[in-house]
Amino acid sequence: MLELRKDIFADERDDNLKEIGKGTQRQDMLGHVTGASTYFNDHKLQGMLHLKVLRSPHAHARIRRIDTAEAERSPGVRRIIRGADVPHNLNTLLSLINFGKDDEPTLAVDKVRYKGEPVIAVVADSPREAFEALAKVRIDYEPLPAVFDVEEALKAGAPVVNETYPKNTFTYYDVYDHQKLRFGDVERGFASADHVLEQRYQMSPIEHAPTETNGSIAAPDTNGRYVVYTSTQALFFSVDTCAKILDVPSNTFHFIGGTVGGGFGGKVDTLTEPLAILGAMLTGRPVRYIFEREEEMQYGPPRGAERIYLKDGVMRDGRIVARKVRAYFDSGAYTRLSSYAAVKCAAHLPGPYTIPNVYGDIYCVFTNRTPATAMRGFGVTAMDFAIECQMDKLAHLVGMDPMEFRILNAYRDGDMKAHRREAKNTALIECVQVAAEKAKWPLREEFKRMSSLKGGGGTRAAVPPTARDQPVPVRPAAQQRTTYDRAPQAAGPQPPHPPTPPPVAPAPAPQPAAHGAIRFSSVFGSRRR
Amino acid sequence: MARYRGRGIASINYPIGMNLGGDPSQALVHSNPSGKFTVSLSSIDLGQGMKSVTRQICAETLGVPVEDVYVDTADSDTGPHCMGSFASRGTHRVGNAVMAAAKEARGVMMEAAAEELEVNAADLEPDGRGNIHVKGAPHRSISTKDVAIAAQFKQGKTISGRGIFLVPLSAVDPETGEMSPATCYAHACMVAEVEVDDETGEVAMVRMDSAYELGRALNPRLVEQQLVGGAWMGISHTLFETTEPYYPDPSHGPRDFVEYLMPGPGDVCPHDIAVLERPAADGPFGAKGPGEMCANPVLPAVANAIFNAVGVRIDDLPITPEKVLRAIKAQGGARAQARR
Repeated sequence: MLELRKDIFADERDDNLKEIGKGTQRQDMLGHVTGASTYFNDHKLQGMLHLKVLRSPHAHARIRRIDTAEAERSPGVRRIIRGADVPHNLNTLLSLINFGKDDEPTLAVDKVRYKGEPVIAVVADSPREAFEALAKVRIDYEPLPAVFDVEEALKAGAPVVNETYPKNTFTYYDVYDHQKLRFGDVERGFASADHVLEQRYQMSPIEHAPTETNGSIAAPDTNGRYVVYTSTQALFFSVDTCAKILDVPSNTFHFIGGTVGGGFGGKVDTLTEPLAILGAMLTGRPVRYIFEREEEMQYGPPRGAERIYLKDGVMRDGRIVARKVRAYFDSGAYTRLSSYAAVKCAAHLPGPYTIPNVYGDIYCVFTNRTPATAMRGFGVTAMDFAIECQMDKLAHLVGMDPMEFRILNAYRDGDMKAHRREAKNTALIECVQVAAEKAKWPLREEFKRMSSLKGGGGTRAAVPPTARDQPVPVRPAAQQRTTYDRAPQAAGPQPPHPPTPPPVAPAPAPQPAAHGAIRFSSVFGSRRR
Repeated sequence: MARYRGRGIASINYPIGMNLGGDPSQALVHSNPSGKFTVSLSSIDLGQGMKSVTRQICAETLGVPVEDVYVDTADSDTGPHCMGSFASRGTHRVGNAVMAAAKEARGVMMEAAAEELEVNAADLEPDGRGNIHVKGAPHRSISTKDVAIAAQFKQGKTISGRGIFLVPLSAVDPETGEMSPATCYAHACMVAEVEVDDETGEVAMVRMDSAYELGRALNPRLVEQQLVGGAWMGISHTLFETTEPYYPDPSHGPRDFVEYLMPGPGDVCPHDIAVLERPAADGPFGAKGPGEMCANPVLPAVANAIFNAVGVRIDDLPITPEKVLRAIKAQGGARAQARR
């Protein structure tokens, strides 16, 4: 049951519109309820071949030798594809926005880094013949020690998962092995707090579990082009990723998506299109590559695991005065998108609350497991679990009602957030009040009267003096040409930020625009405040 | 042995659009000779209702009935660039692009109508039912169909528009994390009630009460489907799902829906939802986006409810019966907390 609370924030809206705000039936409803909506896999093309991949049985192993001689002779086989057949067999998804280094092959060549990593692809007349040929491929592996725990992976002497990142961590701004957030002085906050609580939280990997598994069908079109029917969530992301991997102009492809049988973030990684198109290029025939359910469950990327350490200082009256966070994103063997989620996670701290001292170190760590990717609530879901469980414990600790505890600490319009931007358009207090009302949860009168519009700003708008870490010498940024990176670079490498003065306590409050931050990309416009 | 009830809460916010911005979307809108409009997108409808929401935005902006607009998606030859359907960006980013395209098309349509009616375009307004008339004089009117025919075959005008929406990319200060991650945020608070069996460790959902603030709810039915489905996903994340049951040990990973457990219809509970609408300054008609954040408050609210019911804290997801039972045993039995 859904109720629209039009009485709240009523003066901020014009509710007299003709189409907006109406519960109009979906445009595609009839197709969905009659089963007529078209999915990528509904395209049955004449002469269509089927592609299947051979996956690594080891979490970490060197590939000594691959023998496909018997598989080549297997009935129905049209083509065996190896890593050497992939024109540009190394990519990272976010190279499209110039973030991160190429670290993942389409087909493994020298080493496999997770159980289930694709090594060989077979294109055959039928899925069965493709599977039969895969069973005849002989690969000589030399198993290597593997690492599965994010904190073990950071220790000296841990197996190197991915040689692109030899310390098993993504590299931020060419110098740091984690994303930082620094706001105020948490240690001083803890020293002044009546209670300090430190806790550990863990989320295991989760499958997107779409009804329709990842897949695509690629077919030669006229005039040297290829048409690609795909389940992708991000059409041009997939177009441009394929153009890079296959080393052809992006207008070689006509991508057609459409109805998607569930995405939730699991169809952003362009998992099947490059090999399906390559298969079509090498055979001249339409090629279909769709994940089996086990592949989707275990080797398609999950929502990555996160381990979070949360330390809070709270006063007897319920005010939180300091929050320190150390979090590890388990990226699996390759980067995909976890690196970006860590930045988003840092921006999310300390949750929707105004806390004067906040400190965050967010790591993106490589382990020998299936690479993780985006999923609904990316970078935030596990952190919200940690923060909100912690909020409940803190309320319990100081003997406060958990609803009132949240209202007391909630951010309000005009407050300074820890990523140093003013909070605007906030509505947390109202949500807590309405939820309490709905659940018949008693709130004291003063908490019912509080508002996101009142009581914020003022001293709460200040950026507190913040000590900075000992700066690390900056190496020039290695530039990589990427699909979206067409604009000429300004002048060689990205400008390094000016050296930061050594920490002094208390440091002077930094001027909002004084630092020389570097941009992720030179193409997407300028710095925004 | 007994079943214990408990209630827990969580409150959250969530950023709209790709973190740091830099994620453009484009749209094209054009009219056919009958005055019907097509929106061309490369964006993907994942079932969330992107086609329907952008259709309503286009119709509202043009001032035509929603039936006169058709949204075509997911074609890289006909649809201009869009970053993709993720990061709760569909309604906000694509919606804004469609709005901009529809505004441009509306400008041409009104000019063409003005020429036919021999008035100033500024004196005209659409009635939302397929006609354009002089303000305050409904009888001086022309149908959008006649405008479209006149524009194309008589005046030589194209009733069409281009739109793009881009939140410029923000820098990040490597030392402090100073950045502009998003331009607007959605909010939520969830109260979950559970029943915990201290003999089996099983947790059953009893009910949920929630309040979500999403900016303008462009289509309340689509919002409802997202919030109900998202909460279900949240329950599933909390109590059932993982691909690695013994993480970080990767063994015994489930391979299908027999081994990968998710709640069934019998596990779903009543969910009473309130929607608050505080319009976003840069949202299309003030909209933000309900897509991702709706699952997030459920996980901690359920964990906190379990503590309220039996006095154990499970800080590792998913909260399986095994973990609950072990924690209850370690504590020497269930300890019900103050009833809320």
